[in-house]
Amino acid sequence: MPALEMNDVRKVYGSGDQAVVALDHATLTVADDEMVALVGPSGSGKTTLLSIVGGLLQPTAGTVRVGPHEIDEYGPKELTRFRRGFVGFVFQGANLVPFLSARENLLIVSELAGVDRRHARRRADQLLEELGLAHRADNTPAKLSGGEKQRVAIGRALMNEPELVLFDEPTSALDTKLGEQVMDLIRKEVKGRGTAAVVVTHDSRMTHFADRTVEITDGRLVA
Amino acid sequence: MRLGWKELVRRPGRFLAAGGALTLIVILLLLLGGLLDGLFNASTGAYRSQTAELIVYSEDSRDSLLRSRIDPATEDEIRSVPGVRGVSGMGAVLISGRVLGGETVDLAVFGYEAPNRQVPAQPAPGRAYADATLEDEGVALGDTIAIGPSEVPVEVVGWVEDTRYLAQGALWVEPGTWHQVLVTARPDAALDEDTFQVALVETVDDAEAVAGRIREQVPGTSPLTIDEAVFALPGVQAQNDTFAQIIGVTFVVAGLVVALFFALVVLERLGLLGMLKAIGASTGQLAAGLVTQAVLVALGAFVLGGAISLALAAIVPAEVPVELEARRAAITGVGVLATALIGSAVSFRKIVRIEPASAVGGS
Repeated sequence: MPALEMNDVRKVYGSGDQAVVALDHATLTVADDEMVALVGPSGSGKTTLLSIVGGLLQPTAGTVRVGPHEIDEYGPKELTRFRRGFVGFVFQGANLVPFLSARENLLIVSELAGVDRRHARRRADQLLEELGLAHRADNTPAKLSGGEKQRVAIGRALMNEPELVLFDEPTSALDTKLGEQVMDLIRKEVKGRGTAAVVVTHDSRMTHFADRTVEITDGRLVA
Repeated sequence: MRLGWKELVRRPGRFLAAGGALTLIVILLLLLGGLLDGLFNASTGAYRSQTAELIVYSEDSRDSLLRSRIDPATEDEIRSVPGVRGVSGMGAVLISGRVLGGETVDLAVFGYEAPNRQVPAQPAPGRAYADATLEDEGVALGDTIAIGPSEVPVEVVGWVEDTRYLAQGALWVEPGTWHQVLVTARPDAALDEDTFQVALVETVDDAEAVAGRIREQVPGTSPLTIDEAVFALPGVQAQNDTFAQIIGVTFVVAGLVVALFFALVVLERLGLLGMLKAIGASTGQLAAGLVTQAVLVALGAFVLGGAISLALAAIVPAEVPVELEARRAAITGVGVLATALIGSAVSFRKIVRIEPASAVGGS
C-alpha cells in the first residue's frame, strides 16, 4: 500500500467570482519508502497540497489516502487524531516551543497522544542520539544553532513513528552548506526508517536528495 | 496542561503584569471586605449575640430599638402565643460615660433579663459586663464608670466579646440600673419599672411562623427575626449594599484583567498555538493549558495578596475597623479563582478559530 495516494484533488478558496483555485485536479502517489521533492514558485499550491496531505485542510473534491486512512472523509476531531498519530511535520524555521528543552520539544508529541512517559522519554533520547543531539537534550532552542533546531524539529516529526513525514521548506532558514547537511540527514532518517516523505522546497539545489521531484504550477502537478 | 504549567514556572516574568494586577485587586477585595465585616460587627454584635429567635418591637417604633416600648401586658400576650417558649425584656440607651479619674467613652447601655450567647446572667445592681473593645478606650476591670449627666455609677465586673451596638461599646446591666440610666439620659422617655423597649422571644416552632402568629394575635407589635432586626438597624442595609456593589465591580475588574491579559497572550502566540494544533493538540488541550495558567496566577495572587492584607490589617489604626475573617478570605479566594476561570475562558473562542494550517507556509 502506498504511503500517500491522492486522486483528482481540488481545493478552491472562496466562491463565485471570488473563487481561487489553489489545487487543480492534483493526483500524486508516494510509495511507502519514497522521498518526493515538491517544487514550485510562490503561490503555486505547494502549501495547500502539503496542508491537505497532512490533514490540516480538507479538499474541496477528490480523495486523499495516507496509508490506510482516507482522510478526505475525516471530520475535524478525526483529523486531529490523525495528525497526532500518523503524520509528522517539520515546519519552516523549526517552530519549536521556546521554553522547552530539546527533549521536551520531542515529548510534546507523546504528551498530546497520552503515550506512557517512560516509553516516550526512551524514544526521545534515542532519536536525539541518532540526530547527534544527545549532549543538547536539556538545552532550550535559544541555545541551539539553526541546524540543531532543525534536527530537533526532525526528531519531533519522527516521535510518533509516522507513516508519512511532511517537510515545509526545511532549509529555507539555513545557508547552502547547512541546508545540504540537513537534507542529507532527512534522507538518511526517512530512508533508514522506511518512511515516506514529501519535501516542499523552492531550492532546486536540494532536490537531488529526493528520489523524485514533482513540480507544481498554478495548482497543477507536473511529474 | 503540562505545557501551561512549564511556561508558568520557566517564564514567570511573562505573568508578572497580570499577577501583580490581580494581587492588588485581591488586597483591595480583602481590605474592603474586612472593612465591611468590621463595620457590620461593630454595629450588630448586641443583636447577633442573642439566643432568642425573635425581637418584638412596638409597631409604631418602625423597628427602632430606641423608639420601641413593650409593656408587661404586651409581654404576657406574646408569651401566650403558641410556639413561644420564653420571653424576656431588653432595652438600650446610647450615652456617654466617664471613667472616674479617666477617659470619657461613648456607650450603649443595655438592660436585660435573660443571658445570651455572649453575656452571662444579670450582674448585681450597679455593676456591668463591658464589651472588650472598651478596654482599648481606657476602661479597666474594676473601674467605675459615671454614666450620663446624673453620673450613675456602674462598676465593670467582667468582659464580654462582640456585643457592640451602632459602633459603641456595650455595657450590660440589670433592668433597675438600666432604668436609672434611661431616666438620666432621656427624662422625657422614662419607662415604668417592668417596661422594656423590646421583647426577646425564644420559639419552639419555626421562628417565621411564630412571628406571623405574634403579628396576628398581639396587635401593635412588629416581630422580626434576628437577621431581619440586624438589617433593620440604622445604616446596616445601606452599608452592606454599598460595599457589596463596590466588591462586585472589583470582581468584574479582576475578570477583565484576566480576560485582557490572556487574550493578548493568545494573540502573541498564534504561531505557536497553530503549530501545536498542526501536530495534534486539540482545542481542549490548548484551552486547558491557558485556564491552568490563569487559575495558578490567580491562586498565587490570592496567597500573596492575602499575606500583604494581613500585614496591612495589623498596622492600620485601631479606629479603622478592619476585621479579616476566614469566611471573607474564602469568598474572595473562590471569587478570584472563578473570575480567572471565566476571564481566561473568553480566549477559548479565539483558540477555536486558530487554523492548524496556519503553521505551514511560513504564515
